[in-house]
Amino acid sequence: MGLIEAIILAVLAASTPLLLAATGELVTERSGVLNLGVEGMMIVGAACGFGGAWLSGSVIIGALCGIVAGVLMSLIFALMTLGLAVNQVATGLALTILGIGLSGLIGSRFVGEKISLAPHLYIPGLTDIPLIGRILFGEDAFVYLSLALVAGVWFFLYKTRAGLILRAAGDNHASAHALGYSVLRIRMFAVMFGGACAGLAGAYLPLAYTPFFIPGMTAGRGWIALALVVFASWLPGRLVIGAYLFGAVTILQLHAQGWGVGIPSQLMSALPYLATVIVLVLISRARTGGSTAPAALGTVFVPDR
Amino acid sequence: MKKILIAATAAMLVTGAGLFGASAADKLKVGFIYIGPVGDLGWTYQHDLGRLAMLKELGDRVETTFLENVSEGPDSERSIEQLARAGNKLIFTTSFGYMEPTLKVAKKYPNVHFEHATGYKRDKNMSTYSGRFYEGRYIQGIIAAKMSKSGVLGYIASFPIPEVISGINATMLGAQTINPNIKVKIIWANTWFDPGKEADAAKALIDQGADIIMQHTDSPAAMQVAAERGKLAFGQDSEMIKFGPKAQLTSTMNNWGPYYIERVKAELNGTWKSEDFWGGLKSKIVVMAPYTNMPDDVKKLAMETEAAITEGKLQPFKCPIVGQDGKEVECKGGTHLDDGQVLGMNFYVKGIDEKIPGK
Repeated sequence: MGLIEAIILAVLAASTPLLLAATGELVTERSGVLNLGVEGMMIVGAACGFGGAWLSGSVIIGALCGIVAGVLMSLIFALMTLGLAVNQVATGLALTILGIGLSGLIGSRFVGEKISLAPHLYIPGLTDIPLIGRILFGEDAFVYLSLALVAGVWFFLYKTRAGLILRAAGDNHASAHALGYSVLRIRMFAVMFGGACAGLAGAYLPLAYTPFFIPGMTAGRGWIALALVVFASWLPGRLVIGAYLFGAVTILQLHAQGWGVGIPSQLMSALPYLATVIVLVLISRARTGGSTAPAALGTVFVPDR
Repeated sequence: MKKILIAATAAMLVTGAGLFGASAADKLKVGFIYIGPVGDLGWTYQHDLGRLAMLKELGDRVETTFLENVSEGPDSERSIEQLARAGNKLIFTTSFGYMEPTLKVAKKYPNVHFEHATGYKRDKNMSTYSGRFYEGRYIQGIIAAKMSKSGVLGYIASFPIPEVISGINATMLGAQTINPNIKVKIIWANTWFDPGKEADAAKALIDQGADIIMQHTDSPAAMQVAAERGKLAFGQDSEMIKFGPKAQLTSTMNNWGPYYIERVKAELNGTWKSEDFWGGLKSKIVVMAPYTNMPDDVKKLAMETEAAITEGKLQPFKCPIVGQDGKEVECKGGTHLDDGQVLGMNFYVKGIDEKIPGK
C-alpha cells in the first residue's frame, strides 16, 4: 500500500463521522431548528452502538442501536423545544451535557471490552486495482452510506415537494403554517433525522474507527460537525467538501510531523480550525447567490390556535 | 453564528464534571480531581485504581469524592475550590496543568492539604508527587531497538512538557545502547485523550515506516492500530494487552495505590507534611507489565535492565549526556543528571532529528 493511498484511506475514515453528523444537523437546521446537542447525541450513539455490537456480535445491530439512541436523545430535544417552546440553544447545550453523562453511565460496563471492526468491502479484481482500488472499492459500509446520505438529502431538499416544504418551514414558519403545513411536525421529523445521523456518526467511532468504548471518545467531533454546517452555508454539496477538507488537514498535519516539516505542531494542530475560519471568510466575501442561513433558524414557533 | 459561538463557549465552560460521593460524619474527606474520565483505561483510570486501593485499606475512616473530566488551566480552579469548600481535608489534583490553580486554592485554604501530581511548585500545605516514568521508557527503548526491523520507532507525544520530553530522551538513550543509529519519528497529538486522533497518529507513523509504536497519550487506540497492522507497541499507564494480545511488548504502568495509602494515613495521624515525592520502579509507583511478544533473550535483557534500575545500579540519564546540538549537558548529579534537570528537561538528546515544537 502506497503512502498516498494510506493517507487518503485515513482521511476518508476521519471525515466520515463528521459528514454523517453534519448531514443530519443540516437537515435539522434547514427546518429552522438549531440543535447544539450533536456532541451529546453522538456520544450516546457511540455508547449504545458499542453496547449493541458487543452484546450481539453484529456491527449492523450496533449501528441500529446507535441510530435509535440518537433518535431518542433528539426526541428529548424535540419535546423541549417544539413541544414546550424552550430556548433551542440552552436545550441543545443541556442535551450535550446530559449525553456525556448518560453515555458514561451506559458505557461503564463496556469499558475495557473490545469488538472487531466493521468489515471493509472487497470486490475481487476491483479492490485489487493499484492506487484507487482500495479507496473506491475497499471502504467500510459507513463511508458509502455517508455519501449516499448526502446525495439523498440533496435530492430530498431540492427535488422533492417535501423538501421544499421543509425549507419553507425553516425560512418562514409563519407562512408555512398559514399555508396549512404543520411546522412542528415537520421540525420534529427533521430533528429526529438529525438525531439518527448523529447517533450513527457516534456509533461509527467504536464500530469502524477504534473498536472500544471510552467515555468522551467523540472528543468534540459533534462541535466540528456543527461548524461544518455553517462552513457549508447549509448546502449539502459543500458539506462533503468541508468534511473531507477538515479530515484531510487533520491527517496531513500528523504526516507532516512525521516527515519533520519544521512547523510547530501546535500550529499544525490548529490548521483544521484555521482552514475553517479562512473558508468562512472567503464564503462570506464572495457570496454570489449562495444559500445563507435558514431565516427562521433557532426561533421558537408556537402555532396560534 | 453568534449564537453558536456563545453556545460553544458556554459548553466548554460547563465541562462534563460530575460530582460523586455521599457525605458521612467524622470520616476524613479526601478529594480527587481527574483530567479524563475514570474509564479512560489510562492515566485517570490508574489514579482511580489508586483511590480504590486506598479506600479498600482505609475505607472505614475515609470517604472520597472525585471530579472527572476537569479541563486544565484556570477553569480547574473552580473545581478544586469546590472540593475544598465541601470539607475535603486532603485533595489530590492529578494532572500537570492543575499546578497553578492548585497553588492558588492552597493559598486560600491554608487548613486543607493539597497534593499535585507531576508538577514542581510546592507550598507549606501543597505537596507534589510523581512517577519516574522515564525508567520504564528506558527499558522500552532497549526492547524497541531489539525488536525493530526498520530501525524507526514511532512515538505519539501529547504536549511538549518536561515529563514527555524526558520520556522521549530516555527511550532514545535506551535504544541507542542497542542500535546507535536508531531513528524516532515523533507526532505531537496536542491532546492527552482523543482515541480517534491517537489512532490516526499511529496509522501515520506506521505508514511512514515505523514498526514499533509508543505513546504518551492516554487511550489504547494506538495499541489497537498496531495490533490491526501487525506491528508491535507499548502500552501506556495501564495494562493494554487486551487491545493488542499479539502487539503489546510491555507497558509502563502507574501504580498510585501505595502512595495514596501512605499519604492518607499520614493525614489521619496528623503527620502530613509538604513533600516532594518522586518514586520509580524501586518504590513500585512505576510497574512494568509482563514482557510479552518478544524472544527470550530480549525478555531477559529487559528484566535485567529493570532489576538494575530498581537496585539503583543503572541510571537512565547517566552522564555523559550529549544534547541534540552536540554539546555535552552539564552533569549536576555527579554520575547522572540530577532530578531538577530531568524534571525541567527541555532539550532532545543526540540522535533525535526533530525539534521540540515551539522551541
